[in-house]
Amino acid sequence: MFTRSAGFIVALLVSGAAVAAESPQRGQPITAAEAAAWDLTIAPDGVGLPKGRGTVKRGEQVFAEKCVSCHGEKGEGKPADKLVGGQGTLGGDQAPVKTVGSYWPYATTLFDYIRRAMPLTEPQSLSAEEVYSVSAYVLYLNGIITDKAVLDAKSLPRVKMPNRDNFHIVYPAKIQ
Amino acid sequence: MLEHIDETPVAGNGLLDRRMFLRGAGAIGLVSAAGSAAAETLMVPAWTKTPGAWLQGYGQPSRFEGNVARGPFPADLYGGIGPGSTRAPLQNLEGMITPNGLHFERSHNGIPDINPDQHRLLIHGLVKRPLTFTVEALSRYPMTSRIAFIECAGNSGALYGPKAAEGTAQSLHGLVSCAEWTGVPLAMLLEEAGVDPAAKWFIAEGADAASMDRSVPLAKGLDDAMIALYQNGERIRPSNGYPMRLLLPGYQGNMNVKWLRRIKLVREPAMTRDETSKYSLLLKQGHVAQFNFPMDAKSVITKPSPGLTMTGPGIYEISGIAWSGNGKVAKVEVSADGGKSWALAALSDPVLSKALTRFRIPWRWDGGPAILQSRATDDSGYVQPTREQQIGVRGSLAQYHCNLITSWGVSAAGEVKHVYA
Repeated sequence: MFTRSAGFIVALLVSGAAVAAESPQRGQPITAAEAAAWDLTIAPDGVGLPKGRGTVKRGEQVFAEKCVSCHGEKGEGKPADKLVGGQGTLGGDQAPVKTVGSYWPYATTLFDYIRRAMPLTEPQSLSAEEVYSVSAYVLYLNGIITDKAVLDAKSLPRVKMPNRDNFHIVYPAKIQ
Repeated sequence: MLEHIDETPVAGNGLLDRRMFLRGAGAIGLVSAAGSAAAETLMVPAWTKTPGAWLQGYGQPSRFEGNVARGPFPADLYGGIGPGSTRAPLQNLEGMITPNGLHFERSHNGIPDINPDQHRLLIHGLVKRPLTFTVEALSRYPMTSRIAFIECAGNSGALYGPKAAEGTAQSLHGLVSCAEWTGVPLAMLLEEAGVDPAAKWFIAEGADAASMDRSVPLAKGLDDAMIALYQNGERIRPSNGYPMRLLLPGYQGNMNVKWLRRIKLVREPAMTRDETSKYSLLLKQGHVAQFNFPMDAKSVITKPSPGLTMTGPGIYEISGIAWSGNGKVAKVEVSADGGKSWALAALSDPVLSKALTRFRIPWRWDGGPAILQSRATDDSGYVQPTREQQIGVRGSLAQYHCNLITSWGVSAAGEVKHVYA
């Protein structure tokens, strides 16, 4: 009897622990290095940016080849988003023109988005050099960097976007 | 049977007590309808005298309901590919659940054709054990179900505009739908991976051709987030994220990442394109509100609404949907005189947190012009604002999170149009 009740108590403890976990633990372990193959995230401080560099000149070539059909020769847009201009249109009574130059708060977002989603028909097809270069060209068209600028993992996060200080994080509150 | 019925209006322009139909006064409508309808000889129809169709593997709506469909379709700018959305036909739907084939859809570069056997969900970043999960592995976990609405942050955005946009409940407000979602609580998977205390956010990313991604507070992930595998009892439809999507009840639709393939725990948000250049609110003086997550309380009358013409004076049921990303709908008030007076609508059970709630109220239309409005209040005390209140605070350029009171104008001819009142 004694043995049986002791066994019963042990069984209770074990099942109690099982209830707390309640998980069949079916996740397959993977190394951080293996996971990196899927990791497209670029943080605003530049974490995640790959090796390589890009120039405005090279970016102009890539843009002409891959981007103009949707974004226009100078990023004027139609049918896709307008990429250039609009600075100074956001605070007044006129219709706002939201572009990379007038609205986007972080330059790293350009690299992140172009690499993962552009061009529309061939996402994730551009090399790191091409993505740095197209990012540089779009920033140059907006007057944010010079035609001599070179973008890489160090210089891209340092580009200060004109509209950066107008962005305000609401969370954990919500707006009225 | 009719002795206790009080048809005295409870608010201006003919709104009647919400309990009237429940007390049996529906009989009044039936009596007047019977009185007005011409006598008709009852025929035995052809379908009663011949055998019906054989069985179907997957059921379809009646062929007479072919006009009940998602829409409108956006202009085809890129030759049948690219971003787009269609809206749920709210004016044709009843109750609180959106049928799967009519749930609104929004995609950023098409709907991927995912083989579930090859799909993987990766959880990595600030975790002790990076893990991948197959669909089959997730199917082994204990599941939870909840009924939740999903609303695109751009829904109703036309109502910020200077003139009342022509449109229907569908075209103006149809980027909201509600389903029973079933899946695995995200917290259980995060616990298995072992959350590093330094993690405060996670990035959720889809396997679509936009690799659409959003930053989400980890607190939400540990609260009521779900990896949803089922929608109204069947596997999630491709346009809603097959084989799995993130469900963040009450948060803006875009964050409920479809075709979910990756969750990365991080210290700070990634500032992705869809949380900076899109889905942020341009307020007055150029200020931009970012990371405004919950969809605030809102309601819209679906019956009557534009496209549904009134058929002569008499008693009607006004019906609509209300919802709040902050909790339960506490009450819905309806006005038939453009907001001068309000009457309490009845709420149909069940009234669930972060789910669509059906409201109803009887109305005796006298055949004159009327302006119908509804106003939701949630259990946090938040009251759906008027157009003047919302634009007064935000300006009219915010584009997203528009939840102001909608006005439907009813003409003497019985036509219903979107108006500003």
